[in-house]
Amino acid sequence: MSRKLFPFNGGVHPDGHKEASNATPIRAMPLLPRYVVPLRQHIGVPARPLVRAGERVARGQMIGAAEGYVSTAAHAPTSGTVLAVEPRAVPHPSGLFDLCVVIEADGEDRAVELQPLDWRNLDASALRNRIRDLGLAGLGGAVFPSYIKLNPGAQAIHTLILNGAECEPWITCDDRLMRERAAEIVLGAEIMRHALGCASVLFGVEDNKPEALAALRAAAPADMEVVSVPTLYPSGGGKQLTYLLTGVETPTGGRSTDVGIQVFNVGTAYSLYRAVCLGEPLLSRVVTVTGHVAEPGNFEARIGTPLADLLAAAGGALPGAVGEIIGGPMMGFDLLDRVAPVTKSVNCLLVKDPRLFPARPAALPCIRCGACARACPADLQPFEMYWFSRAKDFGKAQSYDLFDCIECGCCAYVCPSHIPLVDFFRYAKSEIWERERDKREADQARRRHEFKEFRLEREKKEKAEKFAKAAEKQKATAGTEAADPEEARKKAILQGALERARLAKEGVTPKNTDNLPAAVEKEIAEIDARRAQAETRPESGESTP
Amino acid sequence: MISAILVMAGIGLVLGGVLGWASIRYRVQDDPLVEKIDAILPQTQCGQCGFPGCKPYAEAISKGEADINLCPPGGNDGVKRLAELLGVEPKPLGAGMEPKPKAVAVIDENTCIGCTLCIQACPVDAILGAAKQMHSIIAEQCTGCELCLPPCPVDCISMQVIREDVATWKWRYPMHMMKRAA
Ligand code: SF4
Ligand code: SF4
Ligand code: SF4
Ligand code: SF4
Repeated sequence: MSRKLFPFNGGVHPDGHKEASNATPIRAMPLLPRYVVPLRQHIGVPARPLVRAGERVARGQMIGAAEGYVSTAAHAPTSGTVLAVEPRAVPHPSGLFDLCVVIEADGEDRAVELQPLDWRNLDASALRNRIRDLGLAGLGGAVFPSYIKLNPGAQAIHTLILNGAECEPWITCDDRLMRERAAEIVLGAEIMRHALGCASVLFGVEDNKPEALAALRAAAPADMEVVSVPTLYPSGGGKQLTYLLTGVETPTGGRSTDVGIQVFNVGTAYSLYRAVCLGEPLLSRVVTVTGHVAEPGNFEARIGTPLADLLAAAGGALPGAVGEIIGGPMMGFDLLDRVAPVTKSVNCLLVKDPRLFPARPAALPCIRCGACARACPADLQPFEMYWFSRAKDFGKAQSYDLFDCIECGCCAYVCPSHIPLVDFFRYAKSEIWERERDKREADQARRRHEFKEFRLEREKKEKAEKFAKAAEKQKATAGTEAADPEEARKKAILQGALERARLAKEGVTPKNTDNLPAAVEKEIAEIDARRAQAETRPESGESTP
Repeated sequence: MISAILVMAGIGLVLGGVLGWASIRYRVQDDPLVEKIDAILPQTQCGQCGFPGCKPYAEAISKGEADINLCPPGGNDGVKRLAELLGVEPKPLGAGMEPKPKAVAVIDENTCIGCTLCIQACPVDAILGAAKQMHSIIAEQCTGCELCLPPCPVDCISMQVIREDVATWKWRYPMHMMKRAA
């Protein structure tokens, strides 16, 4: 309890607004007539659909299988019929559609048989494979597949940190979970400790959640430490919490695992408990609905619950609402379509009102006051990154460690010129990612092109050699007899055959070409011309017509 | 099923081996400037620059025989980077060379007669098929160069623009009003 803390630089104190939603217990949602389960809810490769329209599914049945290494499964939230497997609206800042499985509930909520795991006697790799198939992904926001994070890999993990900081304003889903289900979270942490083989377990919780701290302390065994950390945004950032609790800095461009520390969200620990001890896949999560709504609070919502239904469960938006945010006000994004569903990454639906969420004032030029750099918890120089991102000089922006930016928004929060700094950083990052993608594709194309040239060259050589050999043989057998007339005859035959083939090909004309409209006639003429042109092209060494 | 997977995996291994071997055996000691220019060119191998591929164009640029603004797939961004590399003033793309949106070729599999002409035209071996068999294009490997379109005798290849999805979507340039400081 008297653990020495290592405060990180920067950070801000936005209004918490936690009391708006943390007073009431987590509420269950009624069974809905329809669920929409996206197959891409995690970082990495989307799950591969396992069901087709018309198929019947049961609650907990796998409907999307993990595909590739960085991937995890998706499951049916209730029993019913698959209506469609098609692109639908998903909670994403782009507003683009993504592949989803749409399930019409039959009202029975019949479940598949669940198989609890005897995790203490299961070897770590078997445990991880089960966890992958149970769809576990980080619920703190990054939704990285959990089974990968539970693999210690080359670097041994000595410390496990459970992140219950929940530093974003308005959000209280982890707070309620820790208050109400602390024992299960602790069990989940035990399983994590078992899989990682680490000794020390730390819980980090901001001191604005005394009830959650007390509940965890009551539930945790003596060899786990529950640490109260000062309320300062963004203490819940993985690198920030790691430093705060251990004083260990995560290297630039690296992960906390590089220094032997693994961080999980407390919600993930709870879901891991359910997955392992009850055998239940990740079917639901706790979501905060708050802001300008009638009855704000926390809801246990099945994955796939349309956000409009979730909003309705909280009594609906109050008059005058001006849109919703997915996530918190610092790091969230505007929801573009309310039919989008709850996914593993959706921790909060925040309804905006004009009083607390006024339109951002017009930006002024940067005065290089340095306030953003003082507020930055990643020790970056936002105004420099902004300058180069704005000028689209991405190389320079990157040289200021753009990719260490956690997009926490502290810089934009303090900027006296109201510059939307994070928007520029996100823009620059996605441009750089695209360039890297293009570069990879270009390199692949170059390699394939060079190989094709090499192959053609080799084939030519082989053919030349064959010809040379054949000619030699002929010379040997025919002795001194002149090969010329024979050669010429063969050539003529070959030429004739080729010519016939060409004519035959040209002769293949569609039969119904009488009385065609002029436009079609013209098109046919054009195609023929193109073909003729293609035919006379010098290459095509050895076509097989 | 298993045997098919094994065969495919075997073919993959063998081809990979050949590729690796070839890249070492046939490595050409190239002019470093040509390499650097080639690294900026998009490797579409489409020939719209008037050269039979990106590398020949890179060679021509390095010799000062070609201008830097002739590659439409590279776009104005590519011209800018070439200008930076060569220390010259960037200029807009040549007239009538607006870059098209990225696309991949798709074969109408019902019409394809299996003539293999497109396979020979494809500079990156992105088309799969054998004589008299239906052909198909491996979308991930297609550079969108359109070189397979003219040789097709039955016109069954068309270009499909790649639409952005959740994975490739990019944050837009922030449109914010810059108020003048009074
Ligand atoms: S806080 Fe705003 S005005 Fe000040 S240096 Fe940073 S970007 Fe510029
Ligand atoms: S958004 Fe990025 S640059 Fe801004 S304060 Fe956070 S980490 Fe620093
Ligand atoms: S136009 Fe560009 S992409 Fe096409 S071959 Fe020339 S350099 Fe390569
Ligand atoms: S498939 Fe056609 S468009 Fe694609 S790379 Fe090959 S020739 Fe070019």
